Amino acid sequence: MNPFTYERAADGAAAIRLVSDNRQAKYLGGGTNLVDLMREQVERPKLLVDVTALSREIEAREDGSVLIGAGATNTAVAADRTVRERFPLLSRAILAGASGQIRNMATVAGNILQRTRCTYFYDEAARCNKREPGAGCDAIDGVNRIHAILGASPSCVATHPSDMCVALAALDAVVHVQGPGGDRTVKLVDLHRLPGGRPDIETVLDAQDLITGVELPALGFAWRATYRKVRDRASYAFALVSVAAMVDVQGGTIRDVRLALGGVAHKPWRAWKAEEALRGRLATRESFAQAAEAELADAAGLRDNAFKIELAKRCIVATLGDLIGETA
Amino acid sequence: MHYIINAQPMDVIADPRTSLLDMLRDNLGLMGTKKGCNQGACGACTVLVDGERINACLALAVQYEGREITTVEGLSGGSDALHPLQSAFIEHDGFQCGYCTPGQLCSAIGMLGKIERGVPSAVTADLSAETMALDHDELRERMSGNLCRCGAYNGIAEAITKVHAKVPA
Repeated sequence: MNPFTYERAADGAAAIRLVSDNRQAKYLGGGTNLVDLMREQVERPKLLVDVTALSREIEAREDGSVLIGAGATNTAVAADRTVRERFPLLSRAILAGASGQIRNMATVAGNILQRTRCTYFYDEAARCNKREPGAGCDAIDGVNRIHAILGASPSCVATHPSDMCVALAALDAVVHVQGPGGDRTVKLVDLHRLPGGRPDIETVLDAQDLITGVELPALGFAWRATYRKVRDRASYAFALVSVAAMVDVQGGTIRDVRLALGGVAHKPWRAWKAEEALRGRLATRESFAQAAEAELADAAGLRDNAFKIELAKRCIVATLGDLIGETA
Repeated sequence: MHYIINAQPMDVIADPRTSLLDMLRDNLGLMGTKKGCNQGACGACTVLVDGERINACLALAVQYEGREITTVEGLSGGSDALHPLQSAFIEHDGFQCGYCTPGQLCSAIGMLGKIERGVPSAVTADLSAETMALDHDELRERMSGNLCRCGAYNGIAEAITKVHAKVPA
C-alpha cells in the first residue's frame, strides 16, 4: 500500500475542498473494496477523505419516499423498518450480497461506487484497460466465467458486482450528488457507464463529486417485488445472474413492470426491452419468455460465460413466475 | 490514536496504512485475532466494534479511532472464566486446528445480537417480522462470512444453537 494521509471531513463542502485540492485524493466509505484495492496496488491514493460520518440518516418521508444517507451501512439500510415495509426489494438485494461483517462496514455510496471483481483488474501482471487505459484486456480471451454478456466492448468485459444497485435500478432510485458547483441529482440507472473505449471511467461523476444520499421515490401502488440471485454457492458469493423484478398485475394483465439484471454488464442493467415487451400483456409464461428473449437478443457470450445468456432468460421467467404465484 | 480495546483505554501510534487487524496483532500484541485471507473472504479476523462484527483486515485502524473494540481476548469480560460460547465450542467440538475460532466466536456473538434486535437475513421469509428465529438455514446464512477449513461446521453450528437457546428472550 502506498503512503497516504487520512482526513475526516467536517461536512460535504470541506470534503469536496480536500479532494479538489489533491488530484490523488479519494473519498473513503467503509473501505471494504478500496482498502483491498490499495493493498493490491490497483488504487494508490495520496489522501483519503473519510465521509462516512457525514450522512447516515434514513429519512422516512410523509409522501412515501425514503432518503438514505450515503454513509448508512448496508446493514442499517437492509434492517431499517421503513425500508423493509416500503421497499422490501432493496432489503432483499442488500441481504443477498456479501457477508454480515462486510454489510456492517460497507456504505451505500461505497456500494454504488465499488469496482468490478474481474480478476484481471486485480492482477497487476495482467493487461487491463480499466486499470491502465490502452493496456489491453486479458479477460476477453481469458478465464471469463464471471464476465459481461450485455453492453460489453472490445476494451472491457467486466461486470458491476453490486446486488443493492440492481434493486435501486428497478426502484427508479435517484442519487443525490454534491459537487464543487452545487447539488444535483442523477438517476441510478444513468450513473454508471458502459465501458466503450474508456472502461476506466465508470460513472458520470467527477472525482470531486460526493454522493450524499439515495432517494427512493414513493411507489404509487402495491407492486409485487422480489430479488433472485444465482451464484456458485448458496451464500457469500457474487451473482452470476441476478434479477430484481416488480410487477403490477391486474386481472391477469401486466399493468406495469420493472426489471433489472445484475452480474451481466458493466452497470446495473435495467431491462427496458423486456419491460416494454411485458407492459399490457397477459401475465403468462409465454409473455415472460418472449420478454426475456427480447432483452437478451443482443447478448454475447465469451469462452466461459455464454451459459449466462440462457441463465438470465430463465431467471427472468422464473422470477416473474414467482411473483404472479406460478410455481416455476 | 485512542481506542477502548477489551474495555481498556489504549493509545496507539500507527501509520494510516495499518489495518485494524495488524494494529491489534503487531502494535498491541493481541494475537488472538487471526489473519487468514487478508481480503475479507474468510472471516478469521472478525472482531466486534461497538458490538458489531467487522472484518478487521479490511478496516483501516485510523478510521476506527475512538471506538470500542472487542477481540477474542476480551470475550470473557476480564474474568478467567470462558465466555459461554467458548465453553460451548469446546463441548461441541466447534474446532479442530482452531485458527478460525476467534473469528467464529466474535462473528457469532455479533450475529446473535442481530437476531436479538430483529435484523433479517437473506433467508428470512417475512421481512416484516418483529423477532427473528435462529433455525438451521438462518444460522448457516448468517455465519457464511466465516470459513472453517477443518470443516468443523457441525460443531460450530451446535455450539451457537446451544448458546442461543440459553439466552433469555
